[in-house]
Amino acid sequence: MSSRRSRSRQSGSTRITDEQINELMSKLQAVLPEARRGGNDRVPAAKVLQETCSHIRRLRREVDGLSERLSELLHSADLNTAQAAFIRSLLM
Amino acid sequence: MLAFRFLRALTLVHRTTPNSSNAARSRRIQRAAFASMAYSAGPRRAWSRALLCRFHFHRARRRCAGRSRTAGVPRRPSTTGSPADGLRRLVPGGTEMDYCSLLEETADYIRCLSKQVKLMQSIVDSVGPGGR
Repeated sequence: MSSRRSRSRQSGSTRITDEQINELMSKLQAVLPEARRGGNDRVPAAKVLQETCSHIRRLRREVDGLSERLSELLHSADLNTAQAAFIRSLLM
Repeated sequence: MLAFRFLRALTLVHRTTPNSSNAARSRRIQRAAFASMAYSAGPRRAWSRALLCRFHFHRARRRCAGRSRTAGVPRRPSTTGSPADGLRRLVPGGTEMDYCSLLEETADYIRCLSKQVKLMQSIVDSVGPGGR
């Protein structure tokens, strides 16, 4: 009987096991906002990857939007005031 | 530190683009955001190395031009249309990584990207109309 052994993905000289991949998948899921950590059923890998792609696109769009807002704010505000305000907010 | 680097980059953008259009300035701020992320992460991560290489290439057009980006990581031919393919295109340097490295690098990339977003949001909140 050919039981499914560790899938050997040879990268260099290391053999990667299914358990390692599952562990990496869990770590990836943990950084996603809708991580279903409490669920018993394991989320399929394809779904995790899709959610990851959506999340990265969402973050990039946010960087885009925030860059535009910062551009407008910096143009209208004095940068020293802006920096001072920000540093003050960090200290509080 | 991410905040320090980004603020410094913002200062530079502000000084060097006084008469530029909002779109051009916004693009520079966006580049500054990714550059700050990459510099803060340093060369320990493949995604930050890929970003740094890209920035240096745009500047010098020399360092990364002839050098292969493989850097010892074997290039695995991926199945066309697999979910991992989309991820490879989104993560800097993703096309050069093996599957496990891709997963690990993606998690780190998302963490750093989230921090960058929070930082930018804090600045906007501080400087914006409602800020002090």
